[in-house]
Amino acid sequence: MIDKRMTIDDVVDQLSDGMTLGIGGWATRRKPMALVRAIARSGLKDLTLVAGYGGPDIGMLAATGKIRKLVFAFASLDHYPLEPHFRAARQAGAFEVLELDEGMYHWGLRAGAMKLPFLPTRIGIGTDILTQSGFDFKMVKSPYGEGEELVAMPAITPDVALIHAHRSDQRGDLLTLSLDPFFDELLVRASGKAFASVEKIVPTAELNMRDNTRFNLVERAMITGVVEVPYGAHPTSAAPDYQLDLKHLKTYADSAASPEAWADYKAKFVDVTLDDYIAAVGGAEAIAAAPVPIY
Amino acid sequence: MTDTPYSLAELVIVACAQAWRGAGEVMATGIGPLPRLGAGLAKLTFAPAIQTTDGEGLYTSEPVGPGKRPVEPEIEGWANYDRVFSALWSGRRHALVGPVQLDRYGQANISVIGDHRKPKSAMLGARGFPGNSISHPNSFFFPSHNKRAFVEGEVDFVCMAGYNPARYANGKPPAGLDLRIIVTNLAVMDFGGPDHQIRVVSLHPGVTFEEVQENTGFPLARPEGEIPTTPAPTAEQLAVIARIDPNNVRATVFKDNPPGDRKAA
Repeated sequence: MIDKRMTIDDVVDQLSDGMTLGIGGWATRRKPMALVRAIARSGLKDLTLVAGYGGPDIGMLAATGKIRKLVFAFASLDHYPLEPHFRAARQAGAFEVLELDEGMYHWGLRAGAMKLPFLPTRIGIGTDILTQSGFDFKMVKSPYGEGEELVAMPAITPDVALIHAHRSDQRGDLLTLSLDPFFDELLVRASGKAFASVEKIVPTAELNMRDNTRFNLVERAMITGVVEVPYGAHPTSAAPDYQLDLKHLKTYADSAASPEAWADYKAKFVDVTLDDYIAAVGGAEAIAAAPVPIY
Repeated sequence: MTDTPYSLAELVIVACAQAWRGAGEVMATGIGPLPRLGAGLAKLTFAPAIQTTDGEGLYTSEPVGPGKRPVEPEIEGWANYDRVFSALWSGRRHALVGPVQLDRYGQANISVIGDHRKPKSAMLGARGFPGNSISHPNSFFFPSHNKRAFVEGEVDFVCMAGYNPARYANGKPPAGLDLRIIVTNLAVMDFGGPDHQIRVVSLHPGVTFEEVQENTGFPLARPEGEIPTTPAPTAEQLAVIARIDPNNVRATVFKDNPPGDRKAA
């Protein structure tokens, strides 16, 4: 019987300095934050972080100095539009960046997933995305029609993808039950290995796949390992299991005010066990009771 | 004209709504409370075919205003991000967005102020602006019309492409580039001057062309003759706005919620 169950530490052991790490989700939704915190407290360094639709994943790894280069389209806490730790690190010139359009990032993952070197697009034309120092974008001429000049968006191919899902069996058959699967399927396909933290690992029968097939993110062959981490996306959401924690996001955002404030946050919420983390943010019941946010 | 008193926010909502006049059956995205209410007003009056969302991932039958909802809206479709990208690449969307900077070419910035490698101020990042700008019509809202927003040179980081010939190999932007209107706290503008020069279309009551020009970092085109006054909301429009904004979020956008007609202040 295939068994892909792992621990958080097992996943971190699979990572090494200088790796390119892709993170799924979108801003404050379905970010694998327990895995991100484990990386934040590890000795890992010089990571190329690929997080196109970024939130506190970018901020936390920025605040702990893990990033050598960031590939992204935005970083936001949604209700607090600007990600303060990302801002502080950017303004200090702490890492290189490759800034992309959201759709270009999608296209880069799709090229990676299709094992193509690039996909053509018009996106970027006329903007500073193409002129920034982070990458030397090339143009391609369409072999059809009037030979339109298009941007060759390079494949994005992380060494490792980290995502958060709702359910899995021990073989890595995943369900993402939230409204939007985002681009996690493409991220997984584009990456060398893929690890998923999940709310709950259950027997295959309990996935109720006959009714839930549309929530089955990707075939299990693409998933290297699964880690059961209840509330593993907190303070981001894993709706419908639980919503984002606005109060904790505020605490997290406020910790960018000074090095002392960050040290205090890190000691309380990062350098702790999962059980202590859940207790520190108010307990499982409080997380489960967070109200549905309004956008 | 109406005798009903109205706020600057309500004047702006009515002006924003005009962006979707004649838009047909397209996705309408208004970023921020006033553009969002503008899309809602358009949908409930002259543009019933447009599709608006709950601000997350669902299309709703009726427009959903900002803040707490009195009733759960009826859902009419799925607006997950993959589909939103597909829709916008097809051109069937008109977005009204609020950049931090805009220049004479209509190039817009939400990424950084200063040097991109080590910015003075890091903001959101380019988001979907580059793709939006060359795929479908776009309009803009600026709550503070000043020279920090309407910059003298080019914006610090061009996120949205504009009508800048120097930025294109053949001097021409892609066919999908279609910049429509700019609504501010002072005026409504468009790109209808010579070579897409930004032009004042209407002045909000009590505002002069000179005041708008003084607060803009580049020369504006002035239409011939007397410049129209931005139309005041009708009683019907005010009633629709009140219905879709029961939380009165519109009153919080401008400091002290000023009246739409300065002379009435």
